[in-house]
Amino acid sequence: MGLIWFQIKRVFTLFRSEVLVLPSRVAVLIFVAALVLLPLFSQDPYLLRILILTSVFAIFAASWDLLSGFTGQMNFGHALFFGVAAYTSGLINVHFKIPHFFTIPIGALAAVLTGLIIGIPCLRLRHTYLALTTLAFPLILMGVVFAIPDVTGGELGVSGLDRLSGSRLRDYYITTILMLLLSFTMWKITDSKTGIILHAIREDELACRTAGINTTRYKLMAFCLSGFFAGIAGGLYAHIMRTVGPSTLEVSMSFQVIIWSIFGGVASIYGPIAGVFILFPLAEVLRVVPEWRMLIFALLVLLTLLFMPEGIIPWIRDKIEKQCPRCKIRSVAIRKTCRVCTADLD
Amino acid sequence: MIQDIIINGLINGSIYALLAIGFSLIFGVARLVNIAHTAFYMACAYLIHVGFSYWGLSMPLAIVLSIGLTTIIGLICYRLFIKPIREYEAAVLIATIALGMVFQEVMLIAFKGHMMGVPPVATGFVIVGGVKVANQHLLVLGVAVLTLLATWFLLMKTRVGLAIRCTAQDSEIANLMGMNVDREIMIAVIVSVVLAGVAGAIVVPLRVIDPHMWLPPLIMMLAVVVLGGLGSVKGSFVASYILGFTEAAVAIGVPMGSFLKGSVALSIMIIVLLIRPEGLFGIAFEEER
Repeated sequence: MGLIWFQIKRVFTLFRSEVLVLPSRVAVLIFVAALVLLPLFSQDPYLLRILILTSVFAIFAASWDLLSGFTGQMNFGHALFFGVAAYTSGLINVHFKIPHFFTIPIGALAAVLTGLIIGIPCLRLRHTYLALTTLAFPLILMGVVFAIPDVTGGELGVSGLDRLSGSRLRDYYITTILMLLLSFTMWKITDSKTGIILHAIREDELACRTAGINTTRYKLMAFCLSGFFAGIAGGLYAHIMRTVGPSTLEVSMSFQVIIWSIFGGVASIYGPIAGVFILFPLAEVLRVVPEWRMLIFALLVLLTLLFMPEGIIPWIRDKIEKQCPRCKIRSVAIRKTCRVCTADLD
Repeated sequence: MIQDIIINGLINGSIYALLAIGFSLIFGVARLVNIAHTAFYMACAYLIHVGFSYWGLSMPLAIVLSIGLTTIIGLICYRLFIKPIREYEAAVLIATIALGMVFQEVMLIAFKGHMMGVPPVATGFVIVGGVKVANQHLLVLGVAVLTLLATWFLLMKTRVGLAIRCTAQDSEIANLMGMNVDREIMIAVIVSVVLAGVAGAIVVPLRVIDPHMWLPPLIMMLAVVVLGGLGSVKGSFVASYILGFTEAAVAIGVPMGSFLKGSVALSIMIIVLLIRPEGLFGIAFEEER
């Protein structure tokens, strides 16, 4: 009994000293709680639908960040993973009647395979070459999709997929929880030793190689991981929309994910997620002025960038938190001294 | 069929060359990946349409005015949106994407997404080697070749061109040698937008104008630039004709070709890159720091 009490107290102390001291961690906590508790207050199907799609795209954007933000391998064709997974899940679901518990993972595996196939040749290329080459892959696939309409349905795509679950509410919980879990996994990956290596590859690949790290292997791993998470997003999307069309492979889809991620702030995982949670609902709200919608959206992105070129989340974070110059641990901006080593801030 | 392939290939190739050289120039001088480049091409096409059909200007006047206006718009966009955030590569990237979207949406609102066309300047045809060739096509080719020659002259034979090439090689050293890097970048932006404008003017009588017309050439332009080697004007030139002819040949010669033309052209680009990662005429950069 005493032991349990001790453990509870320990967790509570940890919670108070590690989570409550930093506004960003509190914000994440509130965000998670709000997502989980939202259906208690409103079950408006339209709202839930938007949030379901937002969650799916949040996974997608975070997976882009894992590859392009952390490793610095600018991927302009991220829709490839999304589209491959969506088409794979859609086709095997419709033709072989395999339930979605299996089609979504199979779709994700297909995306991993795609990551391997395009990763191996692409890793010889650097920077802009890589970015512009990856842009080509989804378009090549799109041409193939249009050219064999008997299999892929051509412009109309594959339709009549299984529902994700019976009800909107269950869909909401599946996607939201999955989004939180997968984002946490991605964040854990980037926070581990592997993540540090990925950071190092972005900052200086040559130095990284000199330090004895097989950068090609790590970059390939980043491609596959990113493909896996994007693939899950693609599979989920296919089952939510219940139809897969060539729009999943479009250039605008690849650009969209870049806009979300960079707007939110790259190389942080939570940045792109926040970017999607701000921009996607915003684009929906702007449907009240349908003609001006995209124009306002693009102008907002442009103007925000003029003032916060690193993205919105790093900008806010630097306003409310300060990094200790000595121990590199973050504290609230209102503190005069570091919360750990009591060195003077700023 | 063969003559169709040759003519279409030459025209496609010339348009891609005009676009790709402009893109290469900005990339070389300012290290900007300007996704909005083809948006200027679209803007110019629309301005010509407005000048010709709405204001009743004569075609040459409309073309010259539109290219001038597009250049001014391009400069304003650069000063307002790109210059303040130039150090942040990622931000510049989506700023140019957003800029392209802004152009598209403005056209969509202003012209309601109707497909529009402009009548050709030259009518009739001539017989070249037993093959009928429309005068318009010849005119297009002539203008494209002249513009490309002029660009080559500007870059290779004038002091401005020398300064631009220096800045492209190493902007810090160019700055130390007394070149005004900011000014060179502005000149590069002007030249590049003018080239995009000329491409737009050439396309206007041949294709339909619609607000999404900037996307297909964008992809091909990027493919051309990568295939030819980034920053290499000669490479862009050769690569644009390779891809232009491939597209024309696939579109005309293969069943379902119009869907596959992009795929085949892009596959060629990827295959070449697998063999030569720096493109056809690119220089293998030492690790840049």
